[in-house]
Amino acid sequence: MQTPDQVLNPVNHNHSGPAPGLMRWLLTTNHKDIGSLYLLFSLLMLLIGGSMALVIRAELFQPGLQLVRPEFFNQMTTMHGLIMVFGAVMPAFVGLANWMIPMMVGAPDMALPRMNNWSFWILPFAFSMMLSTLFMEGGAPNFGWTFYAPLSTTYAPPSVTYFIFAVHMMGISSIMGAINIIATILNLRAPGMTMMKLPLFVWTWLITAFLLIAVMPVLAGVVTMMLMDIHFGTSFFDAAGGGDPVLFQHVFWFFGHPEVYIMILPAFGIVSQIIPTFARKRLFGYVSMVWATSSIAILSFIVWAHHMFTVGLPLAGEMFFMFSTMLIAVPTGVKVFNWVATMFRGSMTFETPMLFSIAFVVLFTIGGLSGLMLAIAPADFQYHDTYFVVAHFHYVLVPGALFAIMAGVYYWLPKWSGHYYDETLGKVHFWLSFVGVNLTFFPMHFIGLAGMPRRIPDYALQFADFNMVASIGAFIFGFSQLLFVYNLIRCARGGERADARVWEAAEGLEWTLPSPAPYHTFSEPPAIDQPMPQGGR
Amino acid sequence: MRLTIAATCLSLGCFSEGVAAEWRLNLQPGISEISRSVFDLHMLIFYICVAIAVVVFGVMLWSIIYHRKSKGAQAQHFHESTLVEIIWTLIPFVILIAMAFPASKTLIEMYDTRDSELTVQITGYQWKWRYQYVGEELDFFSVLSTPAEQISNQQPKGEHYLLEVDKPLVLPANRKVRFLLTSNDVIHSWWLPALAVKKDAIPGFINEAWAQPQQPGLYRGQCAELCGKDHGFMPIVVEVLAETEFDLWLAAAKAVKSDAAQAAQRAWTLEALLARGESVYKLQCAGCHQAEGTGIAGVFPALKDSPLILTDREGHIRTVLHGKPGTSMQAFAKQLDSVDLAAVITYERNAWGNNSGDSVSPQEIQTLLRP
Amino acid sequence: MSQIPTKPLIRVRSLVVAALLMFGFGFALSPLYDVFCRVTGLNGKVTRNGPLAETVVIDKARLIRVQLIAVNNEGMPWGFVPQHSAISVHPGEQRLTHYVASNPTAQLMVARAVPSVAPSEAAQYVHKINCFCFEAQTLAPLDSQQMPLVLMIDPQLPDYIRTITLSYTLFDITAQGQSQAAARSIEL
Repeated sequence: MQTPDQVLNPVNHNHSGPAPGLMRWLLTTNHKDIGSLYLLFSLLMLLIGGSMALVIRAELFQPGLQLVRPEFFNQMTTMHGLIMVFGAVMPAFVGLANWMIPMMVGAPDMALPRMNNWSFWILPFAFSMMLSTLFMEGGAPNFGWTFYAPLSTTYAPPSVTYFIFAVHMMGISSIMGAINIIATILNLRAPGMTMMKLPLFVWTWLITAFLLIAVMPVLAGVVTMMLMDIHFGTSFFDAAGGGDPVLFQHVFWFFGHPEVYIMILPAFGIVSQIIPTFARKRLFGYVSMVWATSSIAILSFIVWAHHMFTVGLPLAGEMFFMFSTMLIAVPTGVKVFNWVATMFRGSMTFETPMLFSIAFVVLFTIGGLSGLMLAIAPADFQYHDTYFVVAHFHYVLVPGALFAIMAGVYYWLPKWSGHYYDETLGKVHFWLSFVGVNLTFFPMHFIGLAGMPRRIPDYALQFADFNMVASIGAFIFGFSQLLFVYNLIRCARGGERADARVWEAAEGLEWTLPSPAPYHTFSEPPAIDQPMPQGGR
Repeated sequence: MRLTIAATCLSLGCFSEGVAAEWRLNLQPGISEISRSVFDLHMLIFYICVAIAVVVFGVMLWSIIYHRKSKGAQAQHFHESTLVEIIWTLIPFVILIAMAFPASKTLIEMYDTRDSELTVQITGYQWKWRYQYVGEELDFFSVLSTPAEQISNQQPKGEHYLLEVDKPLVLPANRKVRFLLTSNDVIHSWWLPALAVKKDAIPGFINEAWAQPQQPGLYRGQCAELCGKDHGFMPIVVEVLAETEFDLWLAAAKAVKSDAAQAAQRAWTLEALLARGESVYKLQCAGCHQAEGTGIAGVFPALKDSPLILTDREGHIRTVLHGKPGTSMQAFAKQLDSVDLAAVITYERNAWGNNSGDSVSPQEIQTLLRP
Repeated sequence: MSQIPTKPLIRVRSLVVAALLMFGFGFALSPLYDVFCRVTGLNGKVTRNGPLAETVVIDKARLIRVQLIAVNNEGMPWGFVPQHSAISVHPGEQRLTHYVASNPTAQLMVARAVPSVAPSEAAQYVHKINCFCFEAQTLAPLDSQQMPLVLMIDPQLPDYIRTITLSYTLFDITAQGQSQAAARSIEL
């Protein structure tokens, strides 16, 4: 039987190993190669975006302007946000999806391997264009990653045009990646792999991919409208021509809120794979997990204006968005309770992936609870655009999304490389990251409540102590990631051999393959015999 | 393994620390009924969140301590329970509904702008605030007064570093004040934590909010929406005066305006204009053009050795008065009185080695501005 | 050859169509939002303009205070003030007032005034029978002009609204030229 890979890629058929040299990476259509490319790219972006965060934290170490000028500070906050969201977190998830989804559903490759190659290779161009704006006259985009008009249109630096094209490119990349993932999950499952047997990582990615297809085009739409306002004299967002700057915020957050779930749903999936393995117990409430993920995705379309409580919405609008936002706490709560119930009465061990996953559950819950506080509109008038919000979304995205990605990398690394990573080094990396993250972001709750607005390069003296603590934490967190990089390189080069199962209680199709996973896997669909693949027995 | 426990304790511990040291780390209760009910609401949700966290993290911690393989724990086989799952879907629902009631009540009160006794129009500018007492012929700008030397660490920072302005917004105690918010350029957000008022100022649109401060004093806030380079340098200071004092202040402030008109009729020496011009320049211009007139290459032109200043006196005056459309250079004709305008133009023409030696008189400015 | 590859292609086609539709939806949000604003009065966009279709009974029992506000947008050197900072009108009554604009510069300038109403709930009850807003206004150097405004407050105005603020923001559109002024000047 011919595999879809061979059918769609006549060029590539009938060889068992990768082509040698650089061309392997440029022309590859292999899901494992492309997965690795995505993950390496996102690691690079993480380090670049992280360095920008360190510039920000270094400037905020003490009151007064020491290192950078306010206009450069604004460029750093903007670029840090854009690079972390679009360059680090999203590509990392796509990378994990590329590596794991075909192996988890028993498919030989992604459904559209050649498109897969394109969707990756667009990214380096998009981000080179984005980063090149730093060296342009007038500087890089400086209007925040939310780029509110008219600051990003009438008052923007000339580099905004390059920013718009970069956003277009990464949008196209994300949409192509999402289409590929949906087609793979829906069409290439091994016979017998029914929807309700899919591992949760696959489920959460399926839902995420639908969200991507629904909202990335809206982002493309909003930047296109900006482009037209800037260069072609339209007035979508310009009050002078009958437009409305608030419309920008509505359209942006119509994209933006589902976007934040795009960055967290796959993380839910990863953690739902890891916790059962190390608790040696099946995931509690598989069906309710699927339902909860779907309801979070659907609700994400009707809560966007909670980002805009202070723009002067009418009372009825304010109420609607307050209630719909509070509602999201219900399915999110179900997920957290399910994870805790999975650990409850298990037989737990605490390897690095499990440590990151437990930290994920605890710290993501803290971020979720502060999110619930932010949902209360009258209180939000005090929290909005302060460091309380900065603390909230960093709790959800750093020990949330990023910790889940790291947990996933440690968890699957032996499967990819055939070697265990250095467990001691992994644990040191975890503890330094854990301490660093909390030192950085927990004090931000307090400075936010005390009244410090976000995106300011200098601050009043009353905020000085906690800012210093946050900066120290940021440097601990930032530099401890070098340990992660070192551990990855060591693991890629050698180390203790891993067997096929890797982890004592790991369940699922990917663990039936040898470690390292061969270049081509499941050319013949596997037989599905487990009742449920995730931790089932 | 013990570290995991310690870590969980740490995150819980931080929560309770927040409560213990409320006076420094928390929201301020503020000085109006609304701000106090917002504060109560904040504390209510906070305690609910802490309670949820204690229960969830408690169970988790229990499992981490007792249900570990190293202690010989055997994994149980349960993996679903419809009843349990329904219960923990319903309980959050009930909690949320309980929270929705007080939240809606406060929100409705915040939207009731009826029967205000005073209306203040607040306009956001890059990067200052303008306050107009509607119907009172009183109109002024409020600009950061922290000296540039403190920001660049050449002088020790004062107590109210970055939270001080030249002229605060003055409000009467116990009167309902309605704010109309709009903007001159980009979106700003006017935020005074003590009154729990935060509302966006949007160009072309008008927003409203209200407050009834109950306690005289000085209260400080900041712009809360990224509005460009000096977003961090446009504080809001509100001085609340007892009612009678406020009425006196209002009358006096209007009188000062006519004093200023008289000052403009006087003859001013070059030295007097230069002295006044330097202080106006530091407050209004140094943010962009820098204290030494060097500007910032590619963004804000230098005034030192500027061809416009050295060769085109008319053009220089026109630019200061009417701004330069399409750039950050604002029209200062309405922001400053004629004496300040004359002084700052004179200063720019003579400072940093520009040494043109000529001066611009307030009368000349008035002639130019008369329609 | 197996059947599998043809099926994903159909799926892919529909997903691409979905993505394109969502791109269009992004743009459709602009007119949808205008409709939404018209229905809810969101953002204080004034919704009714032009001559009255039917006669309206004047409600002598109520008196509404209408505050008139003038705002100059950035780089707009014109003088721009309302004749009265506040007027009191009965609902249903037609009232003429005006703004005065003057151009102190040495150039011919074109401007446009954009209206906004607070509270936003009142916007749909403010009926402007004659208004200078949205039309490009041209003033010669040192010229000044009275710009008339005839407005009527709909008697349907909810009881709890007693004060309405009508603000005009003046934008400098000299650079854009008059040609484009009409583009989106269709009264919203």
